[in-house]
Amino acid sequence: MPPKTLYEKIWDDHLVYEEPGKPALIYIDRHLIHEGTSPQAFAGLKAEGRKVRRPDLTFAVMDHSVSTTDRTLPILDQDAKQQFDALERNCRESGVRLFDMNSKNQGIVHIIGPELGITQPGQTIVCGDSHTSTHGAFGTLAFGIGTSEVENVLATQCLVQARSKTLHIVVNGKRPRGVTAKDIILAIIGKIGIGGGTGHVAEYGGEAIRALSMDGRMTVCNMTIEGGARAGMVAPDETTFAYMEGRPFVPRGKAFQEAVERWKLLKSDDGAKFDMTVELQAEQIAPQVTWGTNPGMVTSVNSRVPDPHDYRDLNDQKATESALKYMGLKPGTPIVDIPVDRVFIGSCTNSRLDDLRAAAHLVAGKHVARSIKQALIVPGSRGIKAQAEKEGLDKIFTQAGFEWRDAGCSMCIGMNADVLPPHERSASTSNRNFEGRQGKDSRTHLVSPVMAAAAAIAGHFVDVREFDVAHVE
Amino acid sequence: MQPFVKHTGLVAPMDRVNVDTDQMVPKQFLKALTREGFGRILFYDWRYLPGEKPNPDFVLNFPRYKGASILLARTNFGCGSSREHAPWGVKDYGFRALIAPSFADIFYNNCFKNGILPAILTEAEVDELFKRTEKEEGYSLSIDLPNQTISDNHGLVYKFEIAPARKEVLLKGLDDIGQSMQHASAIDAYEKTHAATATMYEPVDVKYYSNSR
Repeated sequence: MPPKTLYEKIWDDHLVYEEPGKPALIYIDRHLIHEGTSPQAFAGLKAEGRKVRRPDLTFAVMDHSVSTTDRTLPILDQDAKQQFDALERNCRESGVRLFDMNSKNQGIVHIIGPELGITQPGQTIVCGDSHTSTHGAFGTLAFGIGTSEVENVLATQCLVQARSKTLHIVVNGKRPRGVTAKDIILAIIGKIGIGGGTGHVAEYGGEAIRALSMDGRMTVCNMTIEGGARAGMVAPDETTFAYMEGRPFVPRGKAFQEAVERWKLLKSDDGAKFDMTVELQAEQIAPQVTWGTNPGMVTSVNSRVPDPHDYRDLNDQKATESALKYMGLKPGTPIVDIPVDRVFIGSCTNSRLDDLRAAAHLVAGKHVARSIKQALIVPGSRGIKAQAEKEGLDKIFTQAGFEWRDAGCSMCIGMNADVLPPHERSASTSNRNFEGRQGKDSRTHLVSPVMAAAAAIAGHFVDVREFDVAHVE
Repeated sequence: MQPFVKHTGLVAPMDRVNVDTDQMVPKQFLKALTREGFGRILFYDWRYLPGEKPNPDFVLNFPRYKGASILLARTNFGCGSSREHAPWGVKDYGFRALIAPSFADIFYNNCFKNGILPAILTEAEVDELFKRTEKEEGYSLSIDLPNQTISDNHGLVYKFEIAPARKEVLLKGLDDIGQSMQHASAIDAYEKTHAATATMYEPVDVKYYSNSR
């Protein structure tokens, strides 16, 4: 048998039906849904008199529009309430398990899947959300789908899919202190461009990826979509198995050992061919800060805002000019001279325990700068929130002047009350700096949690490597 | 779904690379329960000034592009969020086809679920179409899906590539669910032989609902 990539192995294992020259029908092991992109799918299903085929493989959660403050208060946003009610009704009628906003296990859909062990190596996972790529950190084939496809999966537990091309992203060497998983993925996107991975499924490898914790690998896979590839994956290893063990939905005892033996086979064979390969050297990656209006508009913290004339391509020149105008930035400005109004540490990219621990470590005993209007910490799930509180991280944050909130998507997308006001500038650990993403006319700079924490303390971007090296892992 | 076979219509240019789906349908409109009415809010933040007054500087508000049904775009159109609200908006606004050098994967896929043709031409061809659209008021194109051509009234004819299965979906107005359902027995068979992959330990310490329930 010819050597296969991890993607090809999972693909072949999920083929339900295939005929030459046509997209295949693949089986979906886990279908995650949330309030934002599912109501139309359930409505479509009902209109056709169809039923949810596998409610037992479908999990729902409220995350996009939930409040991160007091949830016992009435929901004032009637549109959001309508969606919560619709999700609750649809799940009840179809027998789908729902983590509602008051469940102790509630959280961002891509956080709770792995946290509860719903996500397991070798699976196919879909969700009506582009950051479904997160789950690929466990060696799954996981990607975002549209609402019509959500309806299709609800009805058939299958998806019509064409085989993707494969992209191998290898990060060699050792990550320097102060450089995190977020910086690695931003550097990758900066290198390949935001459309660089289009048509591909990415597999990450190399020493620097292997050295990452599961939280870090999830950050990398999460932002794979920002480089254009729908799915990113890391082959499971001992780090993965250690993370899995004991999680609620993971088999236990002998069944776990058997599962691990199966999971160990999930890796690209020696000599497997990828359609494209990209290599980076971890030692050359500095902490990253985006300066523009897409995640590919990124540079090192010790660098400067680019000049549109730096680009040869006319389209790039125009895009840079328009981005700088939107961001209110002048070419040549040192990144560390950019002041910040608000800080957001959260989102499915960077709201896990590793992220919160690193940020707390950095701010312990310090205080948010007076010029900062708001500094938010939004844990990715209530489970993470509870564990962080057990470790006293909430106290460290609140004593340093941060607000400690309840779990949800929050200011990453601003569908609840956590919105970045017009023309204000954020240091944000989220995944998208598109125009208006965090609020109309708001200005987002994407950074790692330690970079965001340091910006909160300093009031402007700082190079964490110089900021307080002793406190930066 | 409405089939797409041939279409002739006015072209509107969107001269910007990497147009993301957040721009097409901003987050405040993601709280809907239906697929209708997204045309009015398509490109909301670019298209309207405060008070929903049309922004005269936004290209789709130019009188010459009123009634356009073909959108000419740049590289990586539709990147970002998977929200199908974006193609719902595109369609409801009145666009039947999009032309660009490349589209983002999820958006591209979503177009076919809604009877929209995303046609891919080379950068040079798209450049030429931008020039012609700019130069001639009322510039329109004819798209012939069976022959995979895009042509104008001045003898320009470009050929575009599309996967045969994708083409068939648009030509016949097929929907995925209907197609998937045809393979019900294959799905049954798969489930019988692959139960292990889907095995799930049923935890006792997970709480789905709040105490109030």
